[in-house]
Amino acid sequence: MLKLPIYMDYHATTPVDPRVVEAMLPYFTEHFGNAASRNHPFGWEAEEAVETGRKRIAELIGASPKEIVFTSGATESDNLAIKGVAEMYREKGNHIITCVTEHKAVIDTCKRLEKNGYRVTYLPVQKDGRISLDELKAAIGDKTILITIMTANNEIGVLQPIAEIGAIAKEKGILFHTDAVQAVGKVPFNVNELKVDMASISAHKMYGPKGVGALYVRRRNPRVLLAAQIDGGGHERGMRSGTLNVPGIVGFGKAAELCRTEMAADTARLRALRDRLNDRLHKGLDEIYVNGSIEHRLPHSLNVSFAYVEGESLLMGINDVAVSSGSACTSASLEPSYVLKALGAGDDLAHSSIRFGLGRWTTEEEVDYVADKLVNVVTRLREMSPLYELAKEGVDLSTMQWQTEGH
Amino acid sequence: MAYSNKVIDHYENPRNVGSLPKEDPNVGTGLVGAPECGDVMKLQVKVNPETGIIDDAKFKTFGCGSAIASSSLATEWLKGKTVDEALAIKNTDIVTELSLPPVKIHCSVLAEDAIKAAIGDYKKKQSIESKPAAATTLNAG
Repeated sequence: MLKLPIYMDYHATTPVDPRVVEAMLPYFTEHFGNAASRNHPFGWEAEEAVETGRKRIAELIGASPKEIVFTSGATESDNLAIKGVAEMYREKGNHIITCVTEHKAVIDTCKRLEKNGYRVTYLPVQKDGRISLDELKAAIGDKTILITIMTANNEIGVLQPIAEIGAIAKEKGILFHTDAVQAVGKVPFNVNELKVDMASISAHKMYGPKGVGALYVRRRNPRVLLAAQIDGGGHERGMRSGTLNVPGIVGFGKAAELCRTEMAADTARLRALRDRLNDRLHKGLDEIYVNGSIEHRLPHSLNVSFAYVEGESLLMGINDVAVSSGSACTSASLEPSYVLKALGAGDDLAHSSIRFGLGRWTTEEEVDYVADKLVNVVTRLREMSPLYELAKEGVDLSTMQWQTEGH
Repeated sequence: MAYSNKVIDHYENPRNVGSLPKEDPNVGTGLVGAPECGDVMKLQVKVNPETGIIDDAKFKTFGCGSAIASSSLATEWLKGKTVDEALAIKNTDIVTELSLPPVKIHCSVLAEDAIKAAIGDYKKKQSIESKPAAATTLNAG
């Protein structure tokens, strides 16, 4: 039996796996100690639990447990990596390279550094959403201290050429950070194979709890030094002070273990469901466009623009399905998605995009329901769309003169 | 976004969706907004030449639920009104009727613009139409 509403926004957050909740529960009441209490069993238990979590997260990404620094989430991890490197390596240089489609946690951190005398290059992306390696190489200069490029994009699910970027960074002796939030736990990610020096990850994107994340910080070849951004008791090898979120870390660790052991099966199942959704949409509708590379994409991710219908009215028609839209109307800024605009999509197509994120509990029945519902709603909205009518009459909308005075 | 029941009703059961023949001298067409702003409204009125009353009104809208509802409501109100009465419809009337929140007031403004544009187009056609009509009379005479 289909249960409504259907959740298809797994890029935003994921439900906590019941096995994770079960692992966490004793650490709220029974084993509630402070992991930094070194002189009694309550503290020892907590510390042991934290170290188990640390080990499981390290295993998932091929790191050593000592290279995992716990934070409150990936936004903090991004801030710590970028600001921490910028401050620590200021004498070496002041130039950072990133990309226009990064998450705001990276872009806005870089913008703040620009105000403080740093220089930032925002690489453009190609039509498929990936950066050009030649443009990356051309952007590197004597003063470049950091390259920060996300592994998978949160809006379009496109995977950047991380191994190639890692190789270039290594060759030039520049530190490489990646916001790997959307990718870790979903696709294979190994810090040594990818030559990544820092990676931001978050528990709630991989069936763990909210409020806990981590930054992988390489300890060897090279040893990355970070200036702490939060001062206090010197927790996490001095890089991030603050009492550790023990239940959160236990849950994060359990979630990482489950992702590691179930990744192959989950990925195959979700890729098949994602492709089924895409096929059904394409069979039922003309003039729909997948945003970003199909080949280099997270297996559970699909972002589609439905030409000639507006995003918010589209969402209104599928109000028993939880997805997100690139439409301006759903954001406070009134600007359509900067990620889709960076791909070269016109504002009109950015306005009519929907992001589908499938996950561990998505069923085939749900996929079919969502696909059929969209086909019906888009068809109905196009019947009342003046743009669809004009396009069908052969009018080129891009060359039309619109009356926009006063708006 | 919480919509009022009236907005939802117009969105789910839009009144007067469709198109009237653009070339008809008694039809006025207004096309306002722009795709990059996320709203485009096409509103048409058909005026009875005998009575000067709007017999029919149709719309097509690309836009959010409030934009669809504003234009749907506008077509309902236009029917049975004279051209001058139609020009008296204010965006604030639409805001009140649909209980539009402040962020959606621009939808009602666009609907008012669409009404004005459609009536303007009709009036323009009539003034052009009356000249060749006069010429025809002369020739016939």
